[in-house]
Amino acid sequence: MSQLFHRNTNIYSRLSIVAILAFLGFLGWVVAMLYMSGYHTGQADFVEQPIQFSHAHHVGGMGIDCRYCHTSVEDSSFANIPPTKTCMNCHSQIWTNAPILEPVRASFRDGTPLRWTRVHDLPDFVYFNHGIHVRKGVGCATCHGRVDQMPLVYQNANLMMSWCLDCHRNPEKYVRPREEVFNMAYERPADQPNLGADLVKEYKIGTVDQLTSCSTCHR
Amino acid sequence: MDFAAIRSRLAGAEGRLYWRSLAELSDSLEFREYLHREFPEQASEWNDPKGRRSFLKLMSASLALAGVGACTRQPPEDIVPYVRQPEEIVPGRPLFFASAIPMSGIAKPVLVESHMGRPTKIEGNPEHPASAGAADAVTQAAVLGLYDPDRAQTVTYRGEVRPWSAFMGAMQSATSGQKGSKGAGLRILTEPVTSPSMAELLATILQDYPAARWHQFDAIGSDGARNGIKQAHGSAANAVYHFDKADVILSLEADFLSPSGIGSVRYTKDFADRRRVTDENKHMNRLYIVESSPTLTGAKAEHRLAIKSSEIEGFARRLASTITGQSSSAASTPAPGGQLGEKWVAAVAKDLQEHRGRSLVIAGDYQPAAVHALAHAMNQALGNIDATVTYGPAIEAQTVDQHASLAELSNAMEAGQVQLLLILGNNPAFTAPADLKFAERLAKVGLIVYHGLYHDETADLAHWNVPQTHPLEAWGDARAYDGTVTLMQPLTEPLYDAHSAYEVLTTLTTQPMRKTTEIVKDYWMRAFGAGVWTIRNAQGETFNNAEAFWRQAVHDGFISGTAALATPFAPAPKPGAAAGAPGTAAAATTTDTAQAPSDPSTPATGSAQPPAPTPTPSPAPQTAGGLELIFRPDPHVLDGRFANNGWLQEAPKPLTKLTWDTAAWISPRLAETRGLDRGDVIELRYRGLTARMPVFIVPGQPDESVTIFFGYGRRMSGRVGNPPEEARAFNAFLLRTSDAPWFGSGLEISKTGERYLLATTQDHHAMEGRYPARVATIAEYEKEPEIFKHMGGHVPPRTLTLLPEVDYKGYKWGMAIDLASCTGCGACVVACVAENNIPVVGKEQVDRNREMHWIRVDHYFTGDIDRPESLQAIHQPVPCQQCENAPCEVVCPVAATTHSSEGLNDMVYNRCVGTRYCSNNCPYKVRRFNFLLYSDWYTESYYSQRNPDVTVRSRGVMEKCTYCVQRINTARIDAKKEDRAIRDGEIVTACEATCPADAIVFGNLNDPDSRVSKLKAQHRNYGVLEDLNTRPRTTYLASLRNPNLELEPAGERTTGH
Repeated sequence: MSQLFHRNTNIYSRLSIVAILAFLGFLGWVVAMLYMSGYHTGQADFVEQPIQFSHAHHVGGMGIDCRYCHTSVEDSSFANIPPTKTCMNCHSQIWTNAPILEPVRASFRDGTPLRWTRVHDLPDFVYFNHGIHVRKGVGCATCHGRVDQMPLVYQNANLMMSWCLDCHRNPEKYVRPREEVFNMAYERPADQPNLGADLVKEYKIGTVDQLTSCSTCHR
Repeated sequence: MDFAAIRSRLAGAEGRLYWRSLAELSDSLEFREYLHREFPEQASEWNDPKGRRSFLKLMSASLALAGVGACTRQPPEDIVPYVRQPEEIVPGRPLFFASAIPMSGIAKPVLVESHMGRPTKIEGNPEHPASAGAADAVTQAAVLGLYDPDRAQTVTYRGEVRPWSAFMGAMQSATSGQKGSKGAGLRILTEPVTSPSMAELLATILQDYPAARWHQFDAIGSDGARNGIKQAHGSAANAVYHFDKADVILSLEADFLSPSGIGSVRYTKDFADRRRVTDENKHMNRLYIVESSPTLTGAKAEHRLAIKSSEIEGFARRLASTITGQSSSAASTPAPGGQLGEKWVAAVAKDLQEHRGRSLVIAGDYQPAAVHALAHAMNQALGNIDATVTYGPAIEAQTVDQHASLAELSNAMEAGQVQLLLILGNNPAFTAPADLKFAERLAKVGLIVYHGLYHDETADLAHWNVPQTHPLEAWGDARAYDGTVTLMQPLTEPLYDAHSAYEVLTTLTTQPMRKTTEIVKDYWMRAFGAGVWTIRNAQGETFNNAEAFWRQAVHDGFISGTAALATPFAPAPKPGAAAGAPGTAAAATTTDTAQAPSDPSTPATGSAQPPAPTPTPSPAPQTAGGLELIFRPDPHVLDGRFANNGWLQEAPKPLTKLTWDTAAWISPRLAETRGLDRGDVIELRYRGLTARMPVFIVPGQPDESVTIFFGYGRRMSGRVGNPPEEARAFNAFLLRTSDAPWFGSGLEISKTGERYLLATTQDHHAMEGRYPARVATIAEYEKEPEIFKHMGGHVPPRTLTLLPEVDYKGYKWGMAIDLASCTGCGACVVACVAENNIPVVGKEQVDRNREMHWIRVDHYFTGDIDRPESLQAIHQPVPCQQCENAPCEVVCPVAATTHSSEGLNDMVYNRCVGTRYCSNNCPYKVRRFNFLLYSDWYTESYYSQRNPDVTVRSRGVMEKCTYCVQRINTARIDAKKEDRAIRDGEIVTACEATCPADAIVFGNLNDPDSRVSKLKAQHRNYGVLEDLNTRPRTTYLASLRNPNLELEPAGERTTGH
């Protein structure tokens, strides 16, 4: 019986082996890309909220400090979403009849809380603490981006572990003087490597070993 | 059970043999097999060809699906801020509130952790004298009870939901019918009441209805203590013991180190403080105990004499006559226990007399009044009054003999005299003695109102059911074991349509709309305003005004300095007169009025009145043949009130390590003669009553006694506590009679031939022949301080390792556990469960070695099983040892367990893929695997209980003790924010916080002045299995004993390995 396949076909079978491997590799690459993409991480997705609250207007336009609403950002792990009362401090005086603010007034009237949708949602096995980051010179904008320019807040960073570790491994690349933490427009100076190294020392920021120990964030 | 093998092994042992269970001691083939197949269920799959094929199929399918399953997107989450945020709430930071959990009417002071209005954890109140920061297992588990979805949720009338207003209306019409007869048909049944405001409310009602009666019943209360002190004192009083001042203690079956006793948290602390031996201070107390059924107190005692419960009075009488020197008839009667008993009487009397004013005799709650009176007389003779024992005014508003009180009510019901019966808690239809036929007689009552936490057996027979508020939901007050007035504040609004006992009782008054807050606050404002008590703050200063006093008292959770004060406005309610009382022996001392001082401005202080010299002997025990039957409350579910609490059901009970069930305790010899083995179901026949029980063989149990425990066999406790059909008859209350509440003779047992699975953790996680607990006598330790170092295997030099040497800069966490202090109560287990969101797995899973507790308390026994007095026990709590050279870390293929920079052995749940290599490689067996989805992800009410600082683990994930890393991180962040180092004692692990004996100490090993460093510098310090070069961070301080040489000659070798 003659051979079923001609000798020439050997090259095809060899090529197909390579092609299959390449295809598998490609598939893996696609999955990895999808995994890191905004589709999966939610990065840069605008999130609909019950009220079209504009940080661009309140922070950028009016110049209200972050801590006026996010009161516990320096004390606690959680930065606090302001109670309806905080909105009404001003809006009982200005824009008292604006239709856009009706949900706020309704909440204050009936005592039913507003339900905001979380934008920066870490998995439940990650324990992030705002207080210590603010204290050690990590600016709001470093993670949250230029909130003062966001009409509707979106997730600025991809919030993947590699992104966290980038700073935990090299804090000197990102830290800024404490007084600049709440400054949205702060730009890293040209000598950030030197300034950062000094600040890491001055603020007694933990060693890389400590910052990258699993239990620092996972428990 | 092969007893011959056990005996030959004991006889052939060189030195001392330590064992955890009789099965281990017998060293049978089955046991070895069990030991070597740690996960027996999976192992057999592999040898079955069909099973293997489907196993592989399932595994490959699940591997494929696991990848797909991981592709879920995180669901969107809402953030719901307050409308008006309370000032004190900082989201993400817990608040702590002082309150109390009452048990049998007596307050157990607590500090409750609350996250955004959700109570999550109960700890002891550090400032309260009854707690000193510790809390027992039962108290801590109350937080789970709060969220129990099986709680009664609505007011019902004959099973139909009704509004609260309908109940108030019904009460108005029912009471108006009682007005004419002055309330002759009105009865109120409560637990013992120590609450001053509640007592006043009851007194008001009894003034309005002078013919009404107030009965009290608590199935596990101590009538013996109540009546004994009356015999000795002539009036009701409250004895408080000071173990911190006692060098020689004799316990007459008193289980003062019990895991759920009323004062035992403080007693444990005081007792342990007196034996905190260091290299510098080698002073140690000595504990003798005469008891029947083994207890944790007995396990801790230097010397234990095991005699029948009924013989203890004889022993006490003999000893009392020796001590007081009075020649009575008792002096000539032989001591129980034969020759050994005689030797005991002489040795103990001598030792007590040599420590006059520094000794202590304490009688057990379950002993009759005569034994209590004898104990008081002995303390008097030994000069211990006002030294190691103090007497204060009675803390119960009305001290009555509870069984007589219930019997009187039951008779009145039988006679049809009861038209309106209010039952406040207690579930008497289940807990009443069988001879009172309480449940049956309830049918003759016109209208029954039941106020309970659950729709239980009594609720089923009641007409009106009003759900009771949980102690964390309502205002209240109660007195602690020492009399300190303790306040309770609500941590949350009632989760359901629940009402406090105050609200139920006010419906009988002319002001039915009063709120609980008003009643309690008003009482104390009046008490302050009337100047009845000079109330001072903790610094001894008086308060400026009532409001300042009230705020301080609520903040502290108690009113300091009130222990020795009698209740102001003490009511003189009608005694539940003994007219129709049954002809029991106890009826003579049935009901005295409360000891209200005539002039309340001069409260009765604890000055001692001379005890009556010759206490009346209790009636001669019925000399029926057969065995002695002993009743005890279950250490965790007590009389069944906590039957629906999964934490308590799964926490291994002391000594047997039994979970989820109860058992009749029998001695090895009785088991041998009757051919019984663990798990054999026996039928118990006693005074014409019958019940069934599975047996558990307990070395140390007297041969002629069988001990059974209350709390099981409940029909209507809820989905956690309801037993399977065959376990319904395992109910000790079926055998209890009101004239012999705690023991009686005439028991017959017979084997039924049935078997019942008892899930005990005693043999789980065994370290197989390598005895990790070390012990020596104080004399040996004084002679040779290094003695403990030689007991373990050879410790290799530090250089003998392939792992790199790490120099831990900064913090270096470590723990020391003092085995001499540990009493084995298991409070740490429940504390850990509450703090770390540890799931309940259920009986079947426990039986497969799958309990999830991160800390376990191992019991080691030693001695001759045929000579109970020779038995000794050591308790060893075992959390993760946080090895520096951790065997688990090197085998993890995905680096899910790694070392932190501070030396913690971290466990990363999100990385774990569940190979279980780490647990297989752990010599201490402290790793726990989620074989199934153990955490309850579906019962909504439990969401609020979870600690938000700890991940709730899912299926397929390994977990273990983390040294409470969430607490470390919180402390570290706080310290860093303030630019300072973490202070010693700032981080307290959950187990350390709650340990009543302060046996667990955590801290920084790099700080030579930290408490833990100082402990580790002691000669007693050793690491378990250090010969494996694991370098554990958790080390132990070896246990010590202080035996009396007259009872234990020095030649008898006592040291362990």
